[in-house]
Amino acid sequence: MKKKWTMLISIIVVFTMLAACGESAINSSSEAEADNNSKKKSGGGGETIKVGAILPFSGVYASLGKDLSDGMKLYFESVNWEAEGKKIELIEEDTEADPQVSLRRVRKLMDQDNIDILTGAVSTAVAYAIRNDVDSNKLPYLVSHAGGNDLTRSKRSDYIWRSSFSSWQIGHSMGEWAYKNVGKKMYVAAADYAFGREVSAAFKEAYTAAGGEIVGEVYPPLGNNDYASYLTSMRGVKADGVYAFFAGSDAVRFVQQYEQYGLKDKFPLVGSGWLVAEDLRQTIDPAAAGTFASTFWDYNLNTKENKEFVKAYEKAYNRRPTIESLEGYDAARIISEAVTKLGGDVSDPEKVIEAISNVSFTSPRGPIEFDKDTHHVIQNMYITETKLVDGKTENEVIHTIETVKDPGK
Amino acid sequence: MDILGAQLVNGLSYGLLLFMITCGLSLIFGILGVLNLAHGSLYMFGAYIAYSLTATYTQSFWLALVVAPIIVALIALAVERILLRPTYHLGHLSQVLLTFGLAYVFHDLASSVWGSNVLSVAVPSSLAGTATIFGQAFPVYRLAVIFIGLIIAVLLWAIQEKTKWGAIIRAGLSDKEMIGGLGINIKLVFTVVFVIGGILAGLGGVVAAPVLGIYPSMEFETLILALVVLVIGGLGTIGGTLAASLLVGLVETFSRFLLPELSMFLVFGLMAVILVFKPNGLLGKQVAHS
Repeated sequence: MKKKWTMLISIIVVFTMLAACGESAINSSSEAEADNNSKKKSGGGGETIKVGAILPFSGVYASLGKDLSDGMKLYFESVNWEAEGKKIELIEEDTEADPQVSLRRVRKLMDQDNIDILTGAVSTAVAYAIRNDVDSNKLPYLVSHAGGNDLTRSKRSDYIWRSSFSSWQIGHSMGEWAYKNVGKKMYVAAADYAFGREVSAAFKEAYTAAGGEIVGEVYPPLGNNDYASYLTSMRGVKADGVYAFFAGSDAVRFVQQYEQYGLKDKFPLVGSGWLVAEDLRQTIDPAAAGTFASTFWDYNLNTKENKEFVKAYEKAYNRRPTIESLEGYDAARIISEAVTKLGGDVSDPEKVIEAISNVSFTSPRGPIEFDKDTHHVIQNMYITETKLVDGKTENEVIHTIETVKDPGK
Repeated sequence: MDILGAQLVNGLSYGLLLFMITCGLSLIFGILGVLNLAHGSLYMFGAYIAYSLTATYTQSFWLALVVAPIIVALIALAVERILLRPTYHLGHLSQVLLTFGLAYVFHDLASSVWGSNVLSVAVPSSLAGTATIFGQAFPVYRLAVIFIGLIIAVLLWAIQEKTKWGAIIRAGLSDKEMIGGLGINIKLVFTVVFVIGGILAGLGGVVAAPVLGIYPSMEFETLILALVVLVIGGLGTIGGTLAASLLVGLVETFSRFLLPELSMFLVFGLMAVILVFKPNGLLGKQVAHS
């Protein structure tokens, strides 16, 4: 009897783990399919430009998906959902951050909705999973978040362009600055998944090239709930600072526990913009103060374009924009401008990607343009310092690295 | 040597945190024979309610520590009386399905009320500092977690072993029909035990919130760990749950320190080894069944 129970519980453990990883138990696509039947009648390539967006609206990345979507809508709203007299229609599909699900959603967008341009993807695994289908169907695809290096390197496609960032840009931009301003010896801690590994590798590459020495590194699993053990071992390390890559709930726990274990007074904390992201910092407060981070946009970036963007976003949604909101906003603008350049004719995918590649403007994050070799965005990178202002933390941009280009290999 | 001692304290504090989360599940399973898969959700409600109380209403962690478990206990009471009671004669599988379904309902409920952002509960100011042990700085809060965990363990043990209620509960564990025949209202015992389980889950949620944080799907991650502890400890024994919590806490802490890449694997590996060599768990008793 007891053995039977033990077996049953073991099975449930596996079952629950799968459910928790996939987060796909409840979502059904019936809703999406129902309203898609009505859309089909309007036909493709005619009066409306159909933009498909694949974003995670459920699961661990749900808040990122929402911000990307809100950012896109804010821009499309500002141009009245029109480009060259043609209506822009945004069709959103939930990826659940699951590569299998995403592939089904993308096929649905291509076969049933006849979309003209695809955008989105938060998880790099999702972007990799749909890469071949997008490529063979010649569907212009503007990646608006997923930052895996290979997407614009070994997995590069004529039809895939990226307006967000690459892991390399995030990690590499911090290397030299950290050597000059933090110290000659650093310890690296990063979440053990592709993105964490890529970012920390790029950081190490730039840091050692500048002359620095990596004195140790540790890669806790993604979604690790307690960093006590890692932090205790870190205390004994002879270093001038700690470079950390964590995001989401990991970042909250790591930064808070880093302070609780008294490490903040010992080693300055250096990382990426996600460590002290706009939506996390109100939770992390005040432990985030004193952190240096590299990013391609910040709420407090002092430019005319950014102030207008922040104002419009806060007015529309009554909360602060995040990095993802900005990514969505820029992606929508790139698509709009490409369509405008083509005079509203998006029937030829070759011309669409040509038009996307020629888009350049001053975004809230600074001037952006595309690198025609790598299909990746060229943008400024910023080093921010988190400071305490009236008991609340704010990021301040303290250094700018201009026109950072991904090497593409 | 100092670092080993420091990691030992880390492991103890993490293990006792696990104990606080798991003991309610273990208690309910032991007495009711119901594997409450919504236990993680009750834990989650404890954490979210603590967040709401500390962030918006009273700002007092101590009030949250009292109020949140009571609210969670009321939820548990409703679940037991309305949903679970009619299923007792239907067999274990229907209860597993019911509570697992409930976990998903609670999941959506929580995300519609509290959203999908990552939240955290601030450590109360009286426990916010650090103490030095083995030449290492420790957050005082972690030491308090060890203390609270031990108190709960001793209380549960004392209630089960030294009081009449404990005797009824132990008797109920061995033979439910017999104890009903002795004139004890077994239905009432079930309700009380389920509510106590709810209180413990809520308490675990409040205590764990400043350490583990609050985020969507936290309840499933916690449920997995709790089930692993349950299997390793032996089903339905408080002593086994305590031993297993400490073992898992220490194994995970030391594996993070010695073999960081393998830490998740080692805990599940430990469960597999226990299943092979001690299928009833560390302290699991073979209970007679007809």
